[in-house]
Order: sequence, then structure tokens, then C-alpha cells
Amino acid sequence: MSEDLDFLFALLLNGVSIGLMYSLIALGFVLVYKATDAINFAQGEFVMLAGLIVAMMLSIEGMPLAVAVAVTLAVMIGFGFGLERVVLRPLLGRPVVAVIMATIGLAAVLRGLGPVIFGSETRAVSLPIGDEPIVLGPASLPPIQVAGAIVAIVFFLVFSWFFKKSRMGVAMRAVADNQQVAQAMGINVERYFALAWAMAGVVSALGGIVWGSMLGVDVHLALVGLKVFPVVILGGLDSIGGALVGGLIIGIVESLAAGYLDPYVGGGTKDFAPYVLMILVLMIRPYGIFGKRKIERV
Amino acid sequence: MLAINNIEVVYDRVILVLKGVSIDVREGAITTLLGANGAGKTTTLKAISGVLHSERGEVTKGTIQIGDRRIDGMRAHDVTRLGLAQVFEGRRVFEHLTTEENLIAGGHVQKDGSAVKQGIELVYTYFPRLRERRHQQSGYLSGGEQQMLAIGRALMSRPKVVLLDEPSLGLAPMLVEEIFGIVDRLVKQEKLSVLLVEQNATMALAVADHGYVMENGRIVLEGPGDKLRDNSDIKEFYLGLNEGGARKSYRDTKHYKRRKRWLS
Repeated sequence: MSEDLDFLFALLLNGVSIGLMYSLIALGFVLVYKATDAINFAQGEFVMLAGLIVAMMLSIEGMPLAVAVAVTLAVMIGFGFGLERVVLRPLLGRPVVAVIMATIGLAAVLRGLGPVIFGSETRAVSLPIGDEPIVLGPASLPPIQVAGAIVAIVFFLVFSWFFKKSRMGVAMRAVADNQQVAQAMGINVERYFALAWAMAGVVSALGGIVWGSMLGVDVHLALVGLKVFPVVILGGLDSIGGALVGGLIIGIVESLAAGYLDPYVGGGTKDFAPYVLMILVLMIRPYGIFGKRKIERV
Repeated sequence: MLAINNIEVVYDRVILVLKGVSIDVREGAITTLLGANGAGKTTTLKAISGVLHSERGEVTKGTIQIGDRRIDGMRAHDVTRLGLAQVFEGRRVFEHLTTEENLIAGGHVQKDGSAVKQGIELVYTYFPRLRERRHQQSGYLSGGEQQMLAIGRALMSRPKVVLLDEPSLGLAPMLVEEIFGIVDRLVKQEKLSVLLVEQNATMALAVADHGYVMENGRIVLEGPGDKLRDNSDIKEFYLGLNEGGARKSYRDTKHYKRRKRWLS
């Protein structure tokens, strides 16, 4: 009996840590959607790009980790700003589909250019946190998962503070709510769009570092981006808390599916279980668990 | 204070909406702009505040000035910094933000946080009802409260000129009176200059010092508030009164004897 419980606990713990790492990437997606209403299908590729950059930096002899991380952050922030300026600003005021197509195209370009520039071999991102599993009660976790979970939690706290308490964060939400009125309040809407993309860049950089370190860096790293969709649809496309909860649920469901269902069906359930859950949630709450509801007056 | 000089506005580069409109908004007074639906009132306001750009509209002729700064062609967020605020038609509060967050967003142009706090206190003294609702999501406020919030939010940038677009829209007569009373006090105590667009001509002419009547993208009548109130055309077409000053019966309206003379 207690062995069963221990197994469950281990699965849950694993699910929570993986889920937090999903949330971190989903956060990038949510930030952009919240502020600019753009659906970013290239979020996974952002993560891949960041992973490639950090792996490249670390492969240089004697490169301190701090410098590699700083450079990755800087490049990704610049990438976010540049992307908004070059690709998205001309699409302002166009139908949503135009922006979606642009991000899908961007995803394809990044996936193609990544190996061309950085080479196609799988690179390792070794962080100085050792390989010794960290034991928590009856279960244990690889240190990278613990580190990833901690990074995710810190970022969630920072971003929720930003959106709730800082004037910039409130202005950003105002932009998300109504761009024209926000303009009339003296808010430079385009600057906030750029800021949102840059923030997505920051989150992607961190996602790239932790996920790259866990899975190794090559083109397939972009596939973690696919998990973003069940996460954000579960949590609500525009809710930061939703990204967190959605990530946790997806992580746990995946982990439980892998632990309990895989032995019977021969594996692979963890890859589609999140999507099944996503469809179920869509039937009950089409705006996600925490998504904003449209307020209608009658 | 705010001078609009013979402006033309074109949407999508082809549709001429305003055909030479001139309006003078005097300091510390309420100027009203009346007119039927589609006359170009809201377009005039949007041309002034600069939000026209996001609707693919453009001021192609004429000038708009605050004091002696030209603001036509400037972008909305820069115009706000020069002391102009717009209250949009239909309230347009940031629905997913709380009352107080709406005000904070309205004070975006203030450099330091203490100015924002002072601004919020000022708004609460004029609209005490907003203080009670400060932490409520503004989308769930009543229509009157939302209108108060929209006006309060505009005050947060400490404007010299306020453009008020149909504050009476969809509100109960009692609330309309309350809101107009507060606007009147604001103008007197905060030395605001207001350009008021209204369909409720009775209310607007009761508070306005000066008025303009717009039709088909042109100004067709102009004069001091009380003169306009006594004008027989205004009485007939906007106040629904007959020549004797009595309220007109609906039975008579279909016998449309009087012609709008300015249309010929």
C-alpha cells in the first residue's frame, strides 16, 4: 500500500516540477497574448533559439555560466524588440489571422535557420548543479528539474507583482483591454507591444536554458512549444495565474499517464493525455479556467 | 484655449467626413457641439485627440491648436502630454481593470507616483461613489459609475482641455443631471475648458457657454448658449419645442412643415 502511495507521490512531484517548467514557457505566450492579442505560434522556436545560443556560448572554452546566461538574455530581449519592430508592427490593425500566419512563418524560419547557423548536432547545456538526484521524502528529482521549478516560481512572483502593482504593468493591461483608449491616456501603445515581446524573449531565454539543459539542444527542443497550447488553453490565454495552474495540471496529468497508463498500452499516453484534457476543458469553459470572460451588458 | 481652424478630415484617403470645421473652445468654459447621428461630431473629437490615426483617418487641411502649439497630425499619446484628455462615447472603461487601476492607467503621463495618488484623491472627492467601488472590476460597475470613472480617468492626466463625448448616453435622467452638475463644478473649480458633444441638446445648452451645431460635416449654426436656446430652428429640431415654447406633440411631427434652412 505505502509503496503505491510512494509511487504516486513520486509521479506527482515529477509532474509538478515538469509542469512548472511548462508554465515558464507558457508565460511567454501569455505575456504576448495579454498585451498585444497576438497568438505566438513560434514560442517553442524562441525556446529553441535561446537554447542554441546558450549551448554555443557554453561550448566556448572557459566561458563563465553567468556571462553565457547574460548574453542569451540580451540576445533574446533584442530579438523580441526587433521582431516586434520588423515583423509585427506593420501588421498592426490587420486581422488576427495575419499575425498568426506571420508567427507560423517565423517558426518555420527559425527551425530552418537554427541548424544552418548553429549546426544540427545535439548540444549539451551543462549547468554547474551536479547530477546527484535531490531526495525529497520517498521520491527524488534530478537537480535540473528542481532548478527549473525554482526559476519558474520566481518569475511568476515577479510578473504577478509587475502586472498588479507597478504602473507600467497596469498600463500594459490597459493596452490589452482597449488600445485606442489607452492611447488617449497618453500610453505609447507600440512601446508596450515591444516590451511584451521583449518579456517573452526573457522567459524564452530561461526556458531555453533549463529545457536545453534537461533535453539537450537541437531542433527538437522546439517541440516543448507544442505543450504550451494545452497549458494556456486550460489556464486561459491571458491569465498569468492560469499559465501556472495550467502548467501544473498538464505536468501532473502527463506524469500520471506515464506512470499508470503506459504499462498497459505500451507507452506514449503522456504525449496525448494533455490534449484530451484540453478538449474536455474547452467543452466546459471555453475561455479556460482563469481566462477573462467577455463582460456583456444587457 | 483650443482652436480648430477650418479642418478637413478624410477617412481611408477617399471619404471626406469633415468639410471645413472651425471651433473655438474658450478657457474655463463649456463649449458644446450638437448635431444628429453621423454629423461628424465624434470625428471632430477624434481629430483633435489624435486617435483618428488608428482608424485610418487623417486631417488633410486646417490646423488644430492648444494655446499656440499645433497638435494636428500629432499622435494621441503625445497630445495627451500637452494637456488634452478625451472621454470616449460609450464610457469605454478598461473593463478588466479595477476602478483604481483605471485611474492609475489614466495617470500614465504623470512622472511620479505621488502625483498619481493625489490625482486619485481628487477624483474621489468629485466622485465619492468611485471610492466605494475602488477595488471592484470596472466592467461590473453600473452605467453611471462607469461614466464617472471615464471622466475621472480623463482628469488623471491633469488636462487643461477635456473632450466629453456624449456623457448622457444610456443613463437615467437623474444620473445625467448628477454628472452634468459635477462637470459644471469641475469646470469652475479646476479651470477646465470642455468641449462637450451631446445628443441631449436640452441638457447641453443648459450648461454650455457657447454652442455649435453640426450637420453633414459642417458647422451650420453657432452662438452663445442662451442665444441658441432661443433660436427657433434649434427649438424645433433639437429641443422638440414648437414656436410657442410648448412641448410638441408627436402627432404633429410627421407634418414636417419647417425646412432646415441651412440645407438649401
